[in-house]
Amino acid sequence: MRRMPRITQRCTRTAVAVAALALLATGCGGTSSGGSGEDKGMALAYDIGGEGDQSFNDAAYAGLEQARKEFGYEGTAVEPKDGESDADKVQRLKQLAKQGYDPVVGIGFIYANATKEAAEAYPDTTFGIVDDSTVKAKNVAALVFNEEQGSYLAGVAAAKATKSKTVGFVGGVDVPLIHKFEAGFAQGVKDTDPKVKVITQYLTETAEEGGFSSPDKGKAAAEAQIENGADVIYQAAGLSGQGVIEAAAKEKKWAIGVDSDQYKQKALSAYKAYILTSATKDVGGAVFSLAESVEDGKPLSGEQRFSLKEGGVGVTESNPEFGKVPGLKEAVAKAKEDIIAGKIKVATTP
Amino acid sequence: MKKFDKERVLLAVAGPAIALVVAVLLTSGVLLASGKSPFEPYAIMLEQVGFADIQVLIVNAAAGYYIAALAVAIGFRMNLFNIGVEGQYRLAAMVTAVVGAKVALPAAVQLPLLILVAALTGAFWAGIAGVLKVTRGVSEVVATIMLNSIATAVIGYFTLPSLFGVQQGNNKTTGEMHESGWFPSIDLGAAGELYGFVFVAVALGIAYWVVLNRTRFGFDLRATGASESAAAASGVNAKRMVLTAMLLSGAIAGLAGLPTLLNDTHTYSLSFPSSLGFTAIGIALLGRGSPVGIAFAALLWAFLDKASAELDYRGYDTEIAVIMQGLIVIAVVVSYEAVGRWGLRRQQQRVGKELAAGHVLGASGKGTSGPSGPSDNGNQKEVAGR
Repeated sequence: MRRMPRITQRCTRTAVAVAALALLATGCGGTSSGGSGEDKGMALAYDIGGEGDQSFNDAAYAGLEQARKEFGYEGTAVEPKDGESDADKVQRLKQLAKQGYDPVVGIGFIYANATKEAAEAYPDTTFGIVDDSTVKAKNVAALVFNEEQGSYLAGVAAAKATKSKTVGFVGGVDVPLIHKFEAGFAQGVKDTDPKVKVITQYLTETAEEGGFSSPDKGKAAAEAQIENGADVIYQAAGLSGQGVIEAAAKEKKWAIGVDSDQYKQKALSAYKAYILTSATKDVGGAVFSLAESVEDGKPLSGEQRFSLKEGGVGVTESNPEFGKVPGLKEAVAKAKEDIIAGKIKVATTP
Repeated sequence: MKKFDKERVLLAVAGPAIALVVAVLLTSGVLLASGKSPFEPYAIMLEQVGFADIQVLIVNAAAGYYIAALAVAIGFRMNLFNIGVEGQYRLAAMVTAVVGAKVALPAAVQLPLLILVAALTGAFWAGIAGVLKVTRGVSEVVATIMLNSIATAVIGYFTLPSLFGVQQGNNKTTGEMHESGWFPSIDLGAAGELYGFVFVAVALGIAYWVVLNRTRFGFDLRATGASESAAAASGVNAKRMVLTAMLLSGAIAGLAGLPTLLNDTHTYSLSFPSSLGFTAIGIALLGRGSPVGIAFAALLWAFLDKASAELDYRGYDTEIAVIMQGLIVIAVVVSYEAVGRWGLRRQQQRVGKELAAGHVLGASGKGTSGPSGPSDNGNQKEVAGR
């Protein structure tokens, strides 16, 4: 294959390849445009994990379902690929806009750059992005939450419920977004009872390693924390959080849910007695309000902050045990008032 | 001699061709089993290739695939399995992004500097596995897998805000690189931007071919890969070759993230593409270690990636492309083995026939190769086929 007479032939082949490339470079053919023009309703572009993560993406999907019911359109939701680049995300958002979906919502800050680029290319479409407020454009609505406020209340509840004076925090991936949950929780605990110790554990360094999608990792982390004396564990770990709740329930310790009211989730019904409360983050409501604004012809634009005041974040009281822990309910209500009144400032970094 | 070449071309093309056909058939089977049209997805995907913007996306993505696959292929030539391309390219991209953000020189100096930094970082990371193999006999497979994990941790550490990290919203980045370090792109208007790094990838392919096939180093490398003891007997320092091959493989791997970094994102962040290094193993296998073959394989992979996005909107699942990629890799391994054996049998039969016909061995070799002619050819083929 590699002997002298073949050189010329090989060179020709290489030349052909280069020529083919050059041909491509000139861009033969049109672009894959051809918008349908019709309004197809809201489209969601999921973050890693996609549908069925019982957490972040599913919360967004609830918003889409509500929009379907109220506005009578089908809408769509598209999953990402593993390890994809920004170029893939741009392609996805542009394709959705092209097909006539409006609004197009990127679920997760990972879509920030892609949203910026797609919004420039489709100025008549409203874009939404969850968990990011760095994109500044007229047709972009940034849906951001004060996760630290809900987590602060979870911290207050944990400090009131603990008997061992040790509580745990399990974060899915060691990223700034999850640091907000940790910071709020730790502050809530300390402000309520300075003697309570907080053990913190992050499952993985990157999302690709499965920090948000490995219940087994969550379980192992929770077991270790219980061994070290923790009797209330708060998790912000997506699907991995199920492992935390399972481990806590087995040892008859408290777990605190996240994002949606996990006490009411079917997948967790076996352990629900041990889910003290959940720090909610109403992604579905935020996504729906964007769809509604587009439907009303007055699309939201710029930063839309969902805090304790608007009910964008908070804690749930669906577990009857929540009201039975002495002083817990009152302390949480007081903290909530103080945060809304601005008397308590919750830190966003630990 | 001429006839023999045809045989080789046939054998070289048969492997991938059979693999592709088998993969397509099996994918159609999967589609049928799920009650969908077994042909329409291909039509939809092929239709996408006609669009200029999709073409640009495919070529851009193929550049990274191609470079990463070359890195894997160099290892293959030497019987080394560098699974660490994944960690090498990500670490190199992160370090390059940091250097690009901290150092601001004119583009003529900045770009070569960044490329050099990427290559050296990749080589360093692969070199650890190389040194371990040469001095302690640690399998490079195990070492590079471990190094992938360690690379992730190292990246996490270096991108801490207290070191080189810059937080942008909720994203962890390394800060934007200075504009002199942005690799020029070709603006094609509505079709998008063609990465300038595509041409670097092509140049690397040519360099790969020249070094492996037209230099003494390349010959030593292939010889060591074919038989370490035989190479040692002819005066090749096998250990040095292992280390050099590992360093070279790592250096190329280090460049694999640059099309994305220097042409597109200009920062290393949480959204930097991952798993390129694993994808590259399949591409290198499909391309049979030949620079032209790998180019086709990389384009095919990028085509499956980019053209499949449309499937979501036509009632099919994008995952069809992923299934197909997986099937291609399996089919490739099986079909190469089968084709290799079939080729060997044909060769044996031919030699047998020639012997039976009373030919004196080597008479057809124009008197230069002597009695050992045919087996010599066999050896060379073995070396070349790796």
